[in-house]
Amino acid sequence: MSLDINKKIDINELIQDLDKYEPKRRGWHWREGRNEPRVVGDFEYHESSEGLKNYVPLPGSRGFHYIDPQPDCVITTEVASGRFEDDIRRMRMAAWHGADHIMVIRTAGQSHIDSLIEGTTQGIGGIAVTRKQVRATRKALDMIEEEVGRPINFHSYISGVAGPDIAVMFAEEGVNGAHQDPQYNVLYRNVNMIRSFVDACEAKKIMAWADMLQIDGAHNANATAMKAWKVRPELMVQHALNSIFSKKVGIKPENIALSTVPPTAPPAPCMRLDLPYAVALRDFFSEYKMRAQQNTKYMESDMREATVTHTLNLMISRLTSADIQSTITPDEGRNVPWHYNNIAAISTAKQAMNGMDGLREMVKLDRDGVLGQEIRELKERAVLFMEEMLEVGGYFKAVEQGFFIDSGYYPERNGDGIPRQIEGGIGAGMIFERDADYFAPVSVHYGDNNIPAEFKNASDAIGGDTFEDRSKIIYIDELDEFDNVETRLKEVEKYTNTSMVKPEVEWKADGVVATTIFLPLDERTAEFAAIKCGEKMGLEDVTVVHKQCLHPSEGTLVEIKGRVKFDININDLIIPEKPEVLSEEEVRSDIKENPIFVVAATVGQDEHSVGLKETLDIKHGGIEKYGVKYLYLGTSCPVEKLVDAAIETNASAILASTIITHDDVHTKNMRKIHELCVEKGIRDKVMIICGGTQVSNEIAKEAGMDAGFGRGSKGIDVVSFMVKKRREM
Amino acid sequence: MKRADDYEVRRQHLVNMSEEELKARFWALAEQIVEPMLELGKKNTTPAIERSILLRMGFSSMEVKPIVEGVMAKGLMGKGAGNVVWRLSKKLGITVREAGVGLAEGKYWDEVEGLF
Repeated sequence: MSLDINKKIDINELIQDLDKYEPKRRGWHWREGRNEPRVVGDFEYHESSEGLKNYVPLPGSRGFHYIDPQPDCVITTEVASGRFEDDIRRMRMAAWHGADHIMVIRTAGQSHIDSLIEGTTQGIGGIAVTRKQVRATRKALDMIEEEVGRPINFHSYISGVAGPDIAVMFAEEGVNGAHQDPQYNVLYRNVNMIRSFVDACEAKKIMAWADMLQIDGAHNANATAMKAWKVRPELMVQHALNSIFSKKVGIKPENIALSTVPPTAPPAPCMRLDLPYAVALRDFFSEYKMRAQQNTKYMESDMREATVTHTLNLMISRLTSADIQSTITPDEGRNVPWHYNNIAAISTAKQAMNGMDGLREMVKLDRDGVLGQEIRELKERAVLFMEEMLEVGGYFKAVEQGFFIDSGYYPERNGDGIPRQIEGGIGAGMIFERDADYFAPVSVHYGDNNIPAEFKNASDAIGGDTFEDRSKIIYIDELDEFDNVETRLKEVEKYTNTSMVKPEVEWKADGVVATTIFLPLDERTAEFAAIKCGEKMGLEDVTVVHKQCLHPSEGTLVEIKGRVKFDININDLIIPEKPEVLSEEEVRSDIKENPIFVVAATVGQDEHSVGLKETLDIKHGGIEKYGVKYLYLGTSCPVEKLVDAAIETNASAILASTIITHDDVHTKNMRKIHELCVEKGIRDKVMIICGGTQVSNEIAKEAGMDAGFGRGSKGIDVVSFMVKKRREM
Repeated sequence: MKRADDYEVRRQHLVNMSEEELKARFWALAEQIVEPMLELGKKNTTPAIERSILLRMGFSSMEVKPIVEGVMAKGLMGKGAGNVVWRLSKKLGITVREAGVGLAEGKYWDEVEGLF
């Protein structure tokens, strides 16, 4: 199976023969070609990596020949819809926008399940991480990485009480990275402390064998603490404990990444708090990798606000360093991320990273002043934290005494940390001392293993384990007759490979749409009025996802979501044919034989000139390039002046640009040009063409023009139309 | 515990340390803290570790759970669940896979008694 750019990925085909599928590769992949200057389009980049074979560039790239420079760091996107078959489609879109680290969130509660789970049951806030779903996803990613031309890292979680089980399955299925941090289990999942660390030894050992990248769980302290910026010394301690612990178990430092978040956000003076912390961390952890996460702690439902906070976070990454730049979707404060918000988050990262390329060559952090003092203080506070941990008897005693997630800025203590008991928690009493004749007949194992003398390697006893012989892996397909992917695919059969379509944000045909409404009402009234608006628009299950007071009485912005009740049959759509563009050679020779002269202007009270100039100028591939001569009358040109100029110069065509659309002034102006030409008796001799961001061929023709050109049109489109039209005249 | 910020008092022994010395102290402390956990990992096992071993020996997630539960019931976790299955296969002259599947299905547990 392989992908065709012009076809949707076929999930039905994807899940065939999964029992036989083998992942292409193992291990983490950093982007190629970092740390070397690279010319892309008109520019030289200093913090970039190799480009993609297939991509969707940023919208602003239109002004730069549609280049899509790829930053040097790996870019993460998190997927959590609960249905892997829909997640896979989103991953493909994300890869085209530049994500090469796909983090799959687990269903709520999986960390407390004391075994692997199987099948394709639907998850909540993530998928049930099972062998079948992991294998199907890896299979899809193996094809997607071929399509974009860059390896994609697949990532999930090795935590909870089945950590070693999951580590084995991930290693076998080609998962490239995982969160693994025993402290996370202890503090946030109340897994027994000893169980958590003993399990982690085996899990990490397996990760080391699989060359997986490990990310720690310290960012959760940031999200849990009452005042996130107060836990900065403790965050450094949590990072340190997991890093050194992992290294001692056998993971190489370049595969150990800190999950670090700028702890605070505006309106706090966040750069002043976050920057010293970021630098202190990079000083102490120079041996390890930085996975720069974005702040979620202070996220509300405003996507604009979230994007600004995340852009500031990206500035921290560029001012210091980031090996992996994680992204948080701007709608995470509202709902489980929607398709297009994953793309929005990836684009924010790519855009900011491109924009700040090479910033450190010009801007240097001034360590001599307050920054240096802050850095030193944070480091000392972290050292003092660990000194006291040892004074009270080590890690377990410190946790029992509630050292962690205390809202005090250490050594200040507020007595509100999360205490856990050494004898308590999930999985307590499930620790068994290994006897002298303990034996584990596997090739990768942490700790004491009494290998019988007749064997060189432990796994020789069984003729090799699954890490050495894949054919020994036992694949389970489904266990639940009803809750599985086949059932779900049947439910949306109507929309699969048919002409029927429905809007969606998460799952195929979920029917969800969002609408932005301004109401001249106070907040509370506006909320209910907006719901009524949605219902009158024909939506079902209407809920408010965001509201913003603009003034206590003058008005409120409300965003609602709801489900549409209808389907669209694309066969019933009337889609005008895209005009065929003549070849450059044909256009050139035609104009050489029979020259074209045009008059051009931006009409009305409109000062926009970029679009028209691009259509005209030779250097932007405008009509001049093909031999067309023109007279440009500038902006805010009265239509009378434009028509008179056409008469005086005996022009073949009038090119009018109109950007402003307020009160339909654009169509009014078009109509006026047409009527004036009729009045002056030249309408049958002159072509009238209008362009603008809100202009379409249909709108223009309706207003009496011969053609209209909207956003994205180029010189060749216009000149091709003129040549063809002239032949008809 | 509640305590006012006494950073200025506590830090006195750190004041004169160079950046390098402070960094070295940070990592020495971290190493000291995790040492006991690494030792616990070496000397102990858990149901999850034993399941992960059985998975690698070629058993499914459905099979490994009853085997480990049976090994716990017999008080043989200290020997290793994989060890139990391996020794059983040798004793009965059957494959490792046959021995483990048998245990998962409730068979051969009487035979396990005399393995150690």
